[in-house]
Amino acid sequence: MSVEPKLSPSESRLPDVSVDLDNIESGTSLWQDAWHRLRKNHMALISFWILVFMAVFCFVGPFISPYDHRDNDLEQTLLSPHLQHPFGTDDLGRDQLTRVMVGGRVSLGVGIIATAVSLLIGVTYGATAAYVGGKTDAAMMRFVDVLYALPFTIFVILLMTLFERSIVLLFVVIGAVEWLTMARIVRGQVLSLKEQEFVEAAVSLGYSTRRIILRHIIPNVLGVVVVYATLTIPSVMLLESFLSFLGLGVQPPMPSWGSLIKLGADNMILFPHLLLIPAFFFSLTLFSLNFLGDGLRDALDPKSSKD
Amino acid sequence: MAILEVKDLKTYFHTRNGIVRAVDGVSFSVERGETLGIVGESGSGKSVSCYSLMGLIPQPPGRIESGQAILDGEIDLLNCSEKALQGIRGKKISMIFQDPMTSLNPYLRVSTQLIEALRIHERLTKKEALARAIKALEEVGITEASTRIQFYPHEFSGGMRQRVMIAMAMITHPEILIADEPTTALDVTVQAQILELIKERQKANNSAVILITHDLGVVAGMCDRINVMYAGKIVESGTADDIFKRAQHPYTIALQRSIPSLGSKGSPLYTIPGLPPDLSKPIPGDAFAMREGIKSGGKWDQTPPPLVQVSDTHWVRESDVILPTLEEVLDVR
Repeated sequence: MSVEPKLSPSESRLPDVSVDLDNIESGTSLWQDAWHRLRKNHMALISFWILVFMAVFCFVGPFISPYDHRDNDLEQTLLSPHLQHPFGTDDLGRDQLTRVMVGGRVSLGVGIIATAVSLLIGVTYGATAAYVGGKTDAAMMRFVDVLYALPFTIFVILLMTLFERSIVLLFVVIGAVEWLTMARIVRGQVLSLKEQEFVEAAVSLGYSTRRIILRHIIPNVLGVVVVYATLTIPSVMLLESFLSFLGLGVQPPMPSWGSLIKLGADNMILFPHLLLIPAFFFSLTLFSLNFLGDGLRDALDPKSSKD
Repeated sequence: MAILEVKDLKTYFHTRNGIVRAVDGVSFSVERGETLGIVGESGSGKSVSCYSLMGLIPQPPGRIESGQAILDGEIDLLNCSEKALQGIRGKKISMIFQDPMTSLNPYLRVSTQLIEALRIHERLTKKEALARAIKALEEVGITEASTRIQFYPHEFSGGMRQRVMIAMAMITHPEILIADEPTTALDVTVQAQILELIKERQKANNSAVILITHDLGVVAGMCDRINVMYAGKIVESGTADDIFKRAQHPYTIALQRSIPSLGSKGSPLYTIPGLPPDLSKPIPGDAFAMREGIKSGGKWDQTPPPLVQVSDTHWVRESDVILPTLEEVLDVR
C-alpha cells in the first residue's frame, strides 16, 4: 500500500507566501542556545575556562617541560619548590610539575572518556528501555540489575586480566561499570516523559520511534544527565586512583593525581607541598566541574533564560 | 464517499482487574469537509475510539479487538504496518490535544517543532519548511510570526500555544483533524476564538474534523453531525438538529437538561444521578438503565438494546429508561 503525497485543494492557494526567504531569522541549535545562556553565568564561565586551562596544562604541558616524568635524579630528591623545579621534586628526584601534568592527563582522560562511555551507553540504553516499555523494558533492566549485583572490583580484575593491561582499557572498563546508574536515572526520567502529551503529539505527527527518542525525549533529560555526568567524573577519577592503588590501574612510574596525592600523603608532615599541589589541582578541577555542571543544567533549560 | 469509515471498533484494556471494554462496537463515518462531534462523559470511550484510529493506544494493556477504519476507501488504519501509519499520521490525519501546556516539547523551539512534520512528510528543505511554518503561524493569527517562530513554547500563553498546536496539526493540510477536547484547558473567551479558528482552517483545507468534547455547547455551534457515547457505545447519532431538537435517547435528553442556563438564578441544577458503570464488569443490557437512581421498564436488562434508525440521518439506541424529574434528582441528593 502506498501513501501518495496527494496535494489537498488548498495547496494551490498557498504560493502567496508573504515571507522573504532570505530574511528569516535563522534558528539556533540547542547547544548554541545553551552556550549563550552559559555565558551569562560567571561562575560557570570561569569554571569552564579553568577546565580548558587544565586540559591545555596537562595535555600540552609535558611536551614543553624539559623533564620527563620518569627521569629520576637521586641527588635532587624531595626539593622544595624553586626556580628549576617550580613544584619541587619527589622522593626519587623527579620533577613534580611534570608529574602533576602527566598525572592530570591520566585523571582527566579517565574522567572524560569513562564518563563519555557511561553517558553513551547509559542514556541510549535507559531511554530505549523506558520508551519501548513492557517486556523489553523488564528484560533490559533485569540485565542491569544483574550487572549491579556483580562486585565491581572482581569485575574489573577479571576484565583487566582477560585483556592486555592498558590505560585505554581501564577507561573503558570504568565507563562500562558506571553506565548502570546512568541507565536507571534516564529510564526513570523517560518513563515520566513518555506519558507527556508532546510525545503523543509527536507520534500523532508520524515521527519514527528513533526520532522521538533522539530528538524529543533526550533533550528533555539532558539537564539531569549533565548534572549526573559532572558527578560521575570525580567519582571516576577517585575510582581510578583506588584501582591504581590496588595495582590494577595506572602503573608506576606513570603518575595520576590520585597516586600523587597518595604519595604526598605519605610525606605530608615534612614535605607538605608534595600533597598540597596535586590536591589543589584535583580539587580545583572537581569544583570547576561541579559549577560547570550546575551552570549547564540551567543553560540547557530554555525556561531559565532571562533575556 | 466518506473519507473515514469506522466499523465495529472494539478497544479493550486488559488490566489486572479484568477486561475494560472502553470502546465496545462503535461505527461511524466522516465526510470530507464535515465536522463530527463525539460527546460523552469522562470514560465513555470518546477519546479512546479516536486514539485507536491513530494507533496511540498503549499496547499492552490496550488491544484493538476488532473493527475496521478505512481511510479514503483504501487503507485500514487498524490493520496496517507501523511504517504505513507513520506516513499517514501527521500527513493525512492530525491531532490536537487537550492541554496546550504539555503538548509542545518544552525543550525545542516552535520553529523546530513546526518544520519537522514538513521535513518528514513533504521532504522540504529547511528554508522552504520554515517559510511554510511562518505562513502557518500567520494563518492561525499569530502576529510577528517570523520573530515569534523562534520562541520556546513557554514564551507563549495557553491560547497562543493551542494556536501553535493547530498550526502544527494543519501544516501538512491533513484530510482529517482529530481535536481531543481542544478548548477544555482554555478560558471561555479564548475557547470561542480557538473553535472559530479550527472552523476556518477546516474550511481552508476542506478537511474533516472529529471533535471530541464533553461540552454540548461547543458541539452545538461546531458540528454537522453528533455521536453521543455512553459506556463505550454510541447511544444516539444524528445531525445537530436531530440531537438538539429531536433527541430521543433518555441519556441525550438528560445531558441537555444538565446544561446550566444563565437565566434562572438560584434555581437548582439538574444532574444525572449515579455514576457511569464500571466497564471492567460485563454489561449485559442497557448500560444507562444500570445507573444508580435511574428507573427503567426492565425490557433491556439482559439483552443489549439495538441501534434503531428513526430518520435518514438519525439513529437511536433503544431504551426504556424513565428519566427522574428534577424533584426526584434533588431528593436523591
